[in-house]
Amino acid sequence: MARVAMRSLNKKYDEVHAVIDVNLNIHDQEFVVLVGPSGCGKTTTLRMVAGLESITSGQVSIDEKVVNELPPMDRDIAMVFQNYALYPHMSVYDNMAFGLKMRKFDKPEIDKRVKVAADILGIQELLKRKPRQLSGGQRQRVALGRAIVRHPQVFLFDEPLSNLDAKLRVQMRVELKKLHERLGTTAIYVTHDQVEAMTLGDRVVVMRDGRVQQVGDPMELYNQPANRFVAGFIGSPAMNFAQVRIAAENGSLWAESEGLRIKVPAPITPRLGRYAGMEATLGVRPEDLRIAGAGDAKDLGFDVAIEVIERLGSEILLDVAVGSATMVASVEPTVTARVHERLRLAINPDRVHFFDNKTEAAI
Amino acid sequence: MATVGSVASVAFKQQYIPAAKRGPITRLLEDERRLAFCLMLPTVVLLGLFIAYPFFNGILLAVTDTRVGVPGHFVGMDNFVKIWNDDIFHVAVWNTCLYTFVTTVFKLALGLSLALLLNRHFRGKAFIRAFILLPFIIPTVLSTFAWKWMFDPTFSVLNWMLFHAGIIHTRINWLGDPVMAMVSVIIVNVWRGVPFYAISLLAGLQTISPELHEAAAIDGARAWARFRHVTWPLLLPVTLVIVLFSVIQTFADFQLVYVLTGGGPANATQLFATYAYQLGIGTGLLSQGAAISLAIFPILLLVVIVQLVYIRRTETL
Amino acid sequence: MIEGAPWRRWVFFYVPVTAFVVSLLFPFYWMVITTIRPDSELYRPWSAPNYAPFWTTHPTLEHVHDLLSETLFSTWMWNTMLISLAATAISLFCGLLAGYALSRLKFPFAGSIGTAIFITYLVPQTLLFIPLADIIRNFRLGDSPWALILTYPTFLIPFCTWLLMGYFKSIPKELEECARIDGAPRWKAMVYIIFPVAIPGILSAGIFAFTLSWNEFIYALVFLSSPEQKTVPVGVTSELVRGDVFFWGELMAGALLGSIPVAFVYSFFVEYYVSGITGSVKG
Repeated sequence: MARVAMRSLNKKYDEVHAVIDVNLNIHDQEFVVLVGPSGCGKTTTLRMVAGLESITSGQVSIDEKVVNELPPMDRDIAMVFQNYALYPHMSVYDNMAFGLKMRKFDKPEIDKRVKVAADILGIQELLKRKPRQLSGGQRQRVALGRAIVRHPQVFLFDEPLSNLDAKLRVQMRVELKKLHERLGTTAIYVTHDQVEAMTLGDRVVVMRDGRVQQVGDPMELYNQPANRFVAGFIGSPAMNFAQVRIAAENGSLWAESEGLRIKVPAPITPRLGRYAGMEATLGVRPEDLRIAGAGDAKDLGFDVAIEVIERLGSEILLDVAVGSATMVASVEPTVTARVHERLRLAINPDRVHFFDNKTEAAI
Repeated sequence: MATVGSVASVAFKQQYIPAAKRGPITRLLEDERRLAFCLMLPTVVLLGLFIAYPFFNGILLAVTDTRVGVPGHFVGMDNFVKIWNDDIFHVAVWNTCLYTFVTTVFKLALGLSLALLLNRHFRGKAFIRAFILLPFIIPTVLSTFAWKWMFDPTFSVLNWMLFHAGIIHTRINWLGDPVMAMVSVIIVNVWRGVPFYAISLLAGLQTISPELHEAAAIDGARAWARFRHVTWPLLLPVTLVIVLFSVIQTFADFQLVYVLTGGGPANATQLFATYAYQLGIGTGLLSQGAAISLAIFPILLLVVIVQLVYIRRTETL
Repeated sequence: MIEGAPWRRWVFFYVPVTAFVVSLLFPFYWMVITTIRPDSELYRPWSAPNYAPFWTTHPTLEHVHDLLSETLFSTWMWNTMLISLAATAISLFCGLLAGYALSRLKFPFAGSIGTAIFITYLVPQTLLFIPLADIIRNFRLGDSPWALILTYPTFLIPFCTWLLMGYFKSIPKELEECARIDGAPRWKAMVYIIFPVAIPGILSAGIFAFTLSWNEFIYALVFLSSPEQKTVPVGVTSELVRGDVFFWGELMAGALLGSIPVAFVYSFFVEYYVSGITGSVKG
């Protein structure tokens, strides 16, 4: 029904190039999340799709129809804003009915649609209230309701959950996911929260400094980050990085730094060959480090000193010193360890990443 | 949330709505610049017709010898030379500056004290605040008449009070004596202006977080030190704006003096505006009157520039 | 807030506040007492032994009666009301549109137009009344209410625009963006969403404009000449003083009655008025 395409999309303000050459094809019924740190151009991209921001160059099309010159009112989209943007002088009912009134729907149809949307969101009792009489979560639902009564071609979400407290945010995240599965409307969702991006998106677009860094489904981003930025951005706690020197010895490669010397796993060796004798960045996720046991290969382990222990209940995070660098390891909650204790960690050989120091691209 | 999946799945499989038809005017006004042009039009026309046009007309008038009903001829700077050499004009300039300076100092001092007094919680605060503004909102001419009556040489209630309080032994000729007339005019202006200062400064005070005072108090600052080093610096920006506004208004004041003394006795309270009125409308010397009121302009311009520079500076902070 | 002994509270708070309140309000009390005082008591010299200024034992409404029956006072009230309402309406209309455009839309010269309006905000009426009188005469508007209805907006529009600009800036721009995405054209988003939300600001600007119009003096003095066209401030000044004879009873009755509409409007909207004052100096 509705595909959204962006071709070489650019946005330049006077001095800032906010969005640079964004190309993206969003399929019908897909839930795509744009994620990145603040100022990465994700919101500007969304606003260009909405028609709230003029397009410097490139194209946005909805269902193969170029909409660059179409005012927002005619794009048949709906948007949920971070601050909800509920009309404070109107009741919840009128808030939801406004878009339909503007499109000159007749009264019974408006009534029917508002009731259905209120049912879906569980806000039937609130229809007569004014926005200021609602809690944060209720406002959020009304803002969603206002979007879904219109049956638009595309939903746009601009950080809709970031004004909610942590608990409610998780709950609404699940409801949003359910809602999308039920309605099947194409959605573009902007957030700076990588957990939200991973849990909600069919596909996730990671952006930085106006450029797309990587597009892929959540597991793809997690398992095969395209560059150091994506690797560090996706996943919590963040990936550990270490500057290493690649050394060739007896037909295999070794990654070395102060206090660390591990053998590069065989599958990566061919790709890393041309870095022999050079510096590179080693990346390993905290959850891919474990306390070395008797069965672990000697050449995949290294000695560390524990600096801080964070007991999270389901896991324990160890902040450890490796030479003069620090790393975080996520270990079983049953592990007993003490600060200043020295122990040996082992790396999961299938999940080691290497990045080029200059281009930051994955090797 | 979980209960109503079935209802929804029916409703939401409907075909999408085509955009409603839009009229041609709506289409035209969707362009930001065109809409802005239409919105600005009434304001620009009115202000152009009744501010810009009279302003240039005033300059033209000032360089002719137009009188009421008599079309004028170009006379160059004659009018300005004439008022430059006019003794009454000198008096008016001096009076205006004195009047503006003295009233501003008193209005600021009294307004600030009142604001500080009101900047705390007490019963009836809203009530008192509402009543205090009355001198500012009641039409100036009407309240000035009340003062004129209180200053009346024979029936002055002020004289009665001062006499019975033992402060004076003979009557004060409030409006008849040149010095006392200026004092009287200043008193009424201060009376009318203090509420404005107090309420504006009070609003400024209320934006200062009480934690700052508490922090300063914990650091050992006494009341005066707290005012001097915390309140005053934070209040300064809003104070400057208020003072500039008030200076402009006071400098161009007319109605208060017109009612109270008419500029007398013997021009002792003559201001720019009253003198311009007297010459331009009273005597019918339109072009000379215009020249006098134009003479306010350079001073006004200076004040406005100071204000704009100041606002720029605070905006960039 | 005040720490310490009760006497400190008296010296540093109650006494000064009372002094301020009494001196700020005394002239109004004097207006009232003069209005209801019979002439026989009114014109008793202050040095006379039976001069009792602060009350009267024979209150009378004769001054009010004289004012309403023997002068054109009620006509002036009506004129002032009409002119103030019309000028306020025009100014609010212009100020709303211009304030919206200046705070929300990008267009060429927006900055310089904004600055120009700010400068006109600071131009006092006394600077322009002579050439303006000339123009009013040329437009054949002299001695008609239109002379004031059209010229009062010159000092009201800049004020309203400035105040409303500030108010519009405090309204999140997402509100109208959402409306535009909901299917409203720009002008409908403005009229149906932004203007209703700005009602407190509109009230502030409107009340302020109304009191300023009611208070205006010099334009009314210069542009109007026949007694039945005059506004209250001008009528009271020119018609209740004959030669150098002041009819103090009627004058004070006129001042009192002429203040009532403003005081009435003010009393209902004190908060809006105060926020108007603070908004006008905030910029």
